[in-house]
Amino acid sequence: MLLIECPYCGERPEPEFVYGGQAHVARPRMPAEVSAEEWARYLYLRDNARGVHAERWRHTHGCGRFFNALRDTTSDQFLATYKVGEAPPATAQVSR
Amino acid sequence: MQRFSGLSLLRRGLAGQRGWQPQWRHADPKPSYDALIIGGGGHGLGTAYYLASEHRLTNVAVLEKGWIGGGNTGRNTTIIRSNYLFPESAALYDHALKLWESLSQALNYNVMFSQRGVLMLAHTVHDVQVAKRHVHANRAAGVDNEWLTPREARAFCPLLNIGDIRYPVLGAALQRRGGTARHDAVAWGYARAADALGVDIIENCEVTGIRRNADGAVEAAETTRGTIRAPRIGVAAAGNTSVILKMADVELPLESYPLQALVSEPVKPVFPCVVMSNTIHAYISQSDKGELVIGAGTDAYTSYTQRGGPHITSHALEAICELFPMFRRMRMLRCWGGIVDVTPDRSPIIGRTGVPGLYVNCGWGTGGFKATPGSAHVFAWTIARDEPHPLNAAFTLERFRDGNLIDEAAAAAVAH
Repeated sequence: MLLIECPYCGERPEPEFVYGGQAHVARPRMPAEVSAEEWARYLYLRDNARGVHAERWRHTHGCGRFFNALRDTTSDQFLATYKVGEAPPATAQVSR
Repeated sequence: MQRFSGLSLLRRGLAGQRGWQPQWRHADPKPSYDALIIGGGGHGLGTAYYLASEHRLTNVAVLEKGWIGGGNTGRNTTIIRSNYLFPESAALYDHALKLWESLSQALNYNVMFSQRGVLMLAHTVHDVQVAKRHVHANRAAGVDNEWLTPREARAFCPLLNIGDIRYPVLGAALQRRGGTARHDAVAWGYARAADALGVDIIENCEVTGIRRNADGAVEAAETTRGTIRAPRIGVAAAGNTSVILKMADVELPLESYPLQALVSEPVKPVFPCVVMSNTIHAYISQSDKGELVIGAGTDAYTSYTQRGGPHITSHALEAICELFPMFRRMRMLRCWGGIVDVTPDRSPIIGRTGVPGLYVNCGWGTGGFKATPGSAHVFAWTIARDEPHPLNAAFTLERFRDGNLIDEAAAAAVAH
């Protein structure tokens, strides 16, 4: 079970959270104007990174807020959590 | 290859089990092959076997980064069924089921296929409607499936608690042709049969790059055991498929999740069939060794760690204890995770990739074991002829762009 640091509430156990998939996936501003390839990319293509992954979590059974996290998918270790709207911290600066 | 028969078993038995040969050679990679298969699980080994046996392509190597059958082939709960909703899926999975029915004979290797019946429970009005829709769709497509009342379900599986439970059993769909097989034997049987036809099975050989020529077509795989040239490469790497395909600049709509399973201490035969419940999420059968084999759900997050959280397995055990109160005092011996590659519509991708000579068979998600022979069979066809078999023609990568999803995810309304 993961121990996740909510940027608002601190460390809490995983069952308090809901996973929200890859972070920083921007919806095309004009969906009607993008090609089928671009729309499929937005809907379906994800990095599925083996390594550092930027992802969304929601502290559903806590403050209820969304936030982002960097996690290493080869160890499940969290490298950082940060608020929505903030840029992901450079992974090199995060102590492991 | 030493063929197995009652007589050969008896003769070797009387001779003290001496004189058995290894089941396959431990091959070292040659500089080049006509085709490479990346991934030495059931799907990859089966593909190599069918390339050799049906398409006369015997200069083939299977590259496995660990040991064969050590990934999801050795980590699943061995359930086999074909009662999927959509015609494309039912046809593909039933093709596999028909191959299962004669697989031991075809491979001369006992895969312990047991058609003990798969019971899928319904606990809500919605479940009942969905299950009956599946039953009717399957029967119209020639796939066996039948609806049982709660009492009939309990008659089929006498341990089943249908009433004294938070979500009472309102009925069940039964596929009598479904059942289980010994998963390790599937890998070993395919490896042995493919090896006998000349296929090289190369273990401890991790692919680190895919080299393409000036036209963009594949020409070689870079591996931890050197460069291996081949004009055709088929990838059947389950949870690591995204990583391999990125080496050839192909992006796939896949996400890799841990899926956990566990087994109990072995006990005498008590459990006659396979029972699954999507709604309260539990899968259970009993292996021939006597262990209860229990499947849990996927963890919430993507991962490559082959483990997951204990709250996922305990959730599955809570459901098992409700459905089968006599198992409440059973002790669990082991649990583990496998990494499953999940597509947005929960249907696989089998076909060409846009890179000439590169083929992919992936996206089997949480239910690939049951499809092993069918998947391998149509994938071998696709690689040998550079065009899809009619049964996998709909399972393209392009369906996500074109909107032709085969949406088994929506059909079941739960992870499966």
